[in-house]
Amino acid sequence: MIETEPTLPRWMIAAAGAKAPATSGRRRRRSAVERTIQGMAHALRTSVFSEQIAARQGLLQRTDPRAKSAGLLALLMAAAIIRTPLLLLTLYALTLAAAASSRVSLRFFIKRVWLFIPVFAGVIVLPSIFNVVKAGDPLFTIWSFGHEVRLGPWSLGTSLAITRQGLAGAAILILRVAVSVSLAVLLTLTTRWSDLLKALRIFYVPRVFVLILSMAYRYIFLLLSLASDMFTARRSRMVGPGSPRDDRHFAASSMGTLLGKSSTLSDEIYAAMVSRGFNGEPMTMRPFRMRTQDLLLLVAALLLAIAAVGGDRLLG
Amino acid sequence: MAERGPHPVFELEAVRYSYMDATGLDGIGFRVDAGEKLALLGANGSGKSTLLKLLDGLIFPSGGQIRAFGSRLDETALQDEGFARGFRRRVGFVFQNSDAQLFSPNVWEEIAFGPLHLGLPQDEVEERVKDTLHILGLEHLRDRPPYHLSGGEKKKVALAAVLAINPDVLLFDEPTAGLDPKTEEFLIQMMAELNRAGKTIITATQDLGIVTHIASRAIVLGEDHRLAGEGPAAEVLADRELLLSANLVHYHTHRHDGLEHSHPHSHVEKHDHRHRG
Repeated sequence: MIETEPTLPRWMIAAAGAKAPATSGRRRRRSAVERTIQGMAHALRTSVFSEQIAARQGLLQRTDPRAKSAGLLALLMAAAIIRTPLLLLTLYALTLAAAASSRVSLRFFIKRVWLFIPVFAGVIVLPSIFNVVKAGDPLFTIWSFGHEVRLGPWSLGTSLAITRQGLAGAAILILRVAVSVSLAVLLTLTTRWSDLLKALRIFYVPRVFVLILSMAYRYIFLLLSLASDMFTARRSRMVGPGSPRDDRHFAASSMGTLLGKSSTLSDEIYAAMVSRGFNGEPMTMRPFRMRTQDLLLLVAALLLAIAAVGGDRLLG
Repeated sequence: MAERGPHPVFELEAVRYSYMDATGLDGIGFRVDAGEKLALLGANGSGKSTLLKLLDGLIFPSGGQIRAFGSRLDETALQDEGFARGFRRRVGFVFQNSDAQLFSPNVWEEIAFGPLHLGLPQDEVEERVKDTLHILGLEHLRDRPPYHLSGGEKKKVALAAVLAINPDVLLFDEPTAGLDPKTEEFLIQMMAELNRAGKTIITATQDLGIVTHIASRAIVLGEDHRLAGEGPAAEVLADRELLLSANLVHYHTHRHDGLEHSHPHSHVEKHDHRHRG
């Protein structure tokens, strides 16, 4: 068996033939899809994975994760029940105060919370502010039809207007979502991931859920890096910007590849964890210690939650 | 064959591993003694990594059996927490892909992960992490997230994470792949020192240039996923026909003195050859 040296095809022996690299005056910009993926990878790398905020010395960082989780959970439940805007606003103000005393930049905190709200809550409540969806006293009339418009058996009325009741309902829902998201963000920002998982186990969250969460955390970053690398590799073989349509097509077609790669990778990460003694039970170096101040904070949060619900009943 | 020591670390009997319809390993049998330096040689896809994973109890044979430290190593045995803990404390695995092995938010926690999950007391974990950082010269990286490190640094952190467990047996999968010469040299020295300290070192590699430094015995896996040969490392490396059959060396055609000819060729070291006529 004698292998011959590989023979290069004729075109490969020839020089590249292209002109030396020179500027053409045309600039290429990175596409929106590529920027989004790289932005997400960067954000995760810098904010979530480095746990910078959780490592700071602030009020919530010092609090025992169990007391913190229980207290914030009680407030979360209160926020889901109460309907009085003033009380919701007070709760929101309290989350801001808690963020500030935990050395979380208020600008960063507010941005992080309000960025999600239009996407998750805004879209849901938007239709309900119009009179065609839910009847009410018109506040602003957007379009006057001049006659009654009917859609099959439904009457849409004579005009399209935003109603007072619809707007008030939407405001309460958005405020409630803002308070809930703020509480959740506060918990995750000020607690190390491993502590959070350990606290979940103490609340009898089944081991399999904790395991899934911890695996998702461990490989989401690698997944994003893979996606980002795929875009970079593609860019190195492209001239010009490529149309947004091509980019979307590439993103869609690379998802399958990515899924395959991520599945192999998650298997390997899990194997590496098991090899070093992981059995589904998260462990941390910081033993949980419930001190008086942790208990006080927990009692304060519980009382606040009860007071908020009670106050809502009185005012409502 | 060298005389066998009284303490087998691993004993493999007719081990077969298949995944879906593909055969990963077939009819593998050998024994590893405590304190040995063993190289697993084989071309890409011959089953070296699979074999290491079997030895680490991460996957299990489809046929045959593996014994570790005298006890049968299978899924049932590892479901027993006591056995699993004892086994994981004694066997450490340095993966080829450091990215998959490094999953903690910073280097310190990465190294602490093993000892912590194997139930060591907190103060001992701290001491081990500190010492491991020191011997590998990683102190300046202790608070850095692992994914921000260079390839060589990642490999050192991956090694540190395993060394902190202080296992008796260390499994290395292609340890020198993608490393710069300085880090490669450091790693080889480290492996030699660990062996001198009594650790069993099992390395899967296709880098024949490092074999004599990291192993005294070598096992060759053929492309048919079977055992192609076994023996002292120097003898295995000298057996060109064996290496050729396992696709670890290749025929090299070249011309000199007006004569074109082929002969088996590897990149182990400089080679001399003569021509007749």
